[in-house]
Amino acid sequence: MNVILISLIALGVIGAASAIVLFFVAKKFQVYEDPRIDEVEEALPAANCGGCGFPGCRAFADACVAADSLDKLSCPVGGSPVMRKVAEILGLSAAESAPTIAVVRCNGTCENRLRTNRYDGVNSCAIAHNLYGGETDCSWGCLGLGDCEVVCPFDAIHVNPATLLPEVDEEKCTSCGKCVKICPKKIIEIRKKGPKSRRIYVDCVNKDKGAVAKKACSAACIGCSKCFKVCAHEAITIANNLAFIDSEKCKLCRKCASECPTNSIVELNFPPRKPKVELLEEVEN
Amino acid sequence: MKTFRIGGIHPKEYKFSAGKRSQEAVIPKRVMIPLSHYIGAPSVPVVAKGDSVKVGQLIGKANGFISANVHSSVSGKVLKIDDVLDASGYRRPAVFIDVDDDNWIENIIQSKDIIRECNLSSEEIIKKIADAGIVGLGGATFPAHVKLSLPPGKKADVLIINAVECEPYLTCDHQLMMERAEEILVGITVSMKAINVNKAIIGVENNKKDAIEHLQYLIQTRSFEGIAVEPLKMQYPQGGEKQLIDSLIRKQVPSGALPIEVGAVVQNVATVFAIYEAVQKNKPLIERMITITGKSMLNPSNFMVRLGIPLSSIVQQSGGVPDDTEKIIGGGPMMGRALASLDVPMAKGSAGVLFVPATESQRGKMKNCIRCAKCVMACPMGLEPYLLMNQSERSMWDEMEHNCVMDCIECGCCSYTCPSVRPLLDHIRYGKTTVGGIIRSRNVKN
Repeated sequence: MNVILISLIALGVIGAASAIVLFFVAKKFQVYEDPRIDEVEEALPAANCGGCGFPGCRAFADACVAADSLDKLSCPVGGSPVMRKVAEILGLSAAESAPTIAVVRCNGTCENRLRTNRYDGVNSCAIAHNLYGGETDCSWGCLGLGDCEVVCPFDAIHVNPATLLPEVDEEKCTSCGKCVKICPKKIIEIRKKGPKSRRIYVDCVNKDKGAVAKKACSAACIGCSKCFKVCAHEAITIANNLAFIDSEKCKLCRKCASECPTNSIVELNFPPRKPKVELLEEVEN
Repeated sequence: MKTFRIGGIHPKEYKFSAGKRSQEAVIPKRVMIPLSHYIGAPSVPVVAKGDSVKVGQLIGKANGFISANVHSSVSGKVLKIDDVLDASGYRRPAVFIDVDDDNWIENIIQSKDIIRECNLSSEEIIKKIADAGIVGLGGATFPAHVKLSLPPGKKADVLIINAVECEPYLTCDHQLMMERAEEILVGITVSMKAINVNKAIIGVENNKKDAIEHLQYLIQTRSFEGIAVEPLKMQYPQGGEKQLIDSLIRKQVPSGALPIEVGAVVQNVATVFAIYEAVQKNKPLIERMITITGKSMLNPSNFMVRLGIPLSSIVQQSGGVPDDTEKIIGGGPMMGRALASLDVPMAKGSAGVLFVPATESQRGKMKNCIRCAKCVMACPMGLEPYLLMNQSERSMWDEMEHNCVMDCIECGCCSYTCPSVRPLLDHIRYGKTTVGGIIRSRNVKN
């Protein structure tokens, strides 16, 4: 009986003494952390993709809490809804950002772009790019070895075995930008998703002269400036034999796409065009 | 017999074209002379569309320190200055010339008589070499005048002539030594004068006994002073600059340093021949020897080729592409790179075209690393290839730099020796490029 009592008292005393020491140590070395960081982190998608430019969601939450305004901070995965929630927690206003998506700017399918040699090295775009121009005469286009597929944390980009080109899954892509960074040919671009996912873009990055580009790939942009001339919104620029459509200025009028002689301007998710006769009638009415 | 002390392998030689007298390559109707070099900035064209040019006329001016002049190898009219697909599958600037005649500019001495007398000073020799656009013809195409201009405060003790030709299949240097030995020896004397040394060693692998004897005979009978020929044990990559220095003078060049640190200047044997022609005959670098070879080739041969001639035309002259060819390599099998097309123009660094039959061109299936350390044993730079490959796969650039990836000479001994057929060099080369880029951007920032 005595033994039990003594040990209980001894343990109690040790416990109490440790508690007192720990209390003061905790006071002394306390690190204050804004409780809002946890709240913000809770609101974020927890993908830890790094698309925002910070190493993971916690670091982004940290930056949000420390910032005076959220204008320059945005979570590409969550988009506007998440940023609105974050703004609510912090009592700030969130900048409205249009949803974006990754766009692969190469249409060098096996039919459009003939293979002139065969690569049998390591299955990596980075290594192939380091060695030579690629399996076709177009040294600008997609190598098709799928570094983007490997790096995508959302399983949103896959190389189509029929065309040997990567295709982006609109549902899954969060426009985190990892594929943009990894692509050695700099083909992938983050663009505005557009209303009802309607987009118009130049599906080529070839900067060779028109004849050379056309010879290498039948779907290449030849820099003929037809689209530039027809565009009423000054959204198209031509540089180095290559057209580029600024998605901020583009009004999705589709005039350029029908003008392009090589069909290198792509229009996505638009309803089929009405035949021209009907259009005329509409105008008359 | 001497050889280098660390690593190395000995692949089978297959020197089919050895002893085949060099032929002059037929000049086609149109040549495309590349303005860019493997190393350094492309030259700036100094001719325009429609200009008439003569053989030996300057058409591209060196642009920057590590760059070289380019001269016309034919006479004719400039068609255009445009991009041309080069051996790497990228488009690089070149001068297109429609050939009409074979008019040379006046001050080039075209006769084959040997001129031994050279009364120029060191500076004048180096200036002549720079004007002639001579680059290292061993493959790296580093400008020869930069190598011969010693940095201030440094003194050279010995000139080393690289006549090793350790790559299997290639025989162009061997053939050059057999046909132009005396010119080469005069070129060596001139180069010795340029860097002010009185000793030169020609390193030749012992599989070229005839060349060794021929050179030794000429040195004795024609009294070339200070030049010695050293037969070396066959070991790849003895033709590497640092390996050759170790073989011949038993000194190791420190990591990241140049051979001049140990008092040596190394030049390729074809380069000294070009130096002879430039200094003694005023002839710029407009042609070089190339080996066209392969196991199924009917007639493997050596050609003296003017720069800018499409490789396809030379191949045609040597009997065409063998039917069972699966892969065509520009250069030797160890360090050469597969060509994306045969329509690429002959460049200063092209030493060979090798046709690999289908049975040998396939890569084996990669297996796991079994930690046998064969690659470590084979690496002539004393690196750990298996480790560097792992780090490259994981993008560990800082660690790769720490493990001296920049010292890699890309000889391919590791990949050759690996029993698990791992693509060690591919990964290491990628890592080396990336780390090199990181180092350069860091130096710019500082």
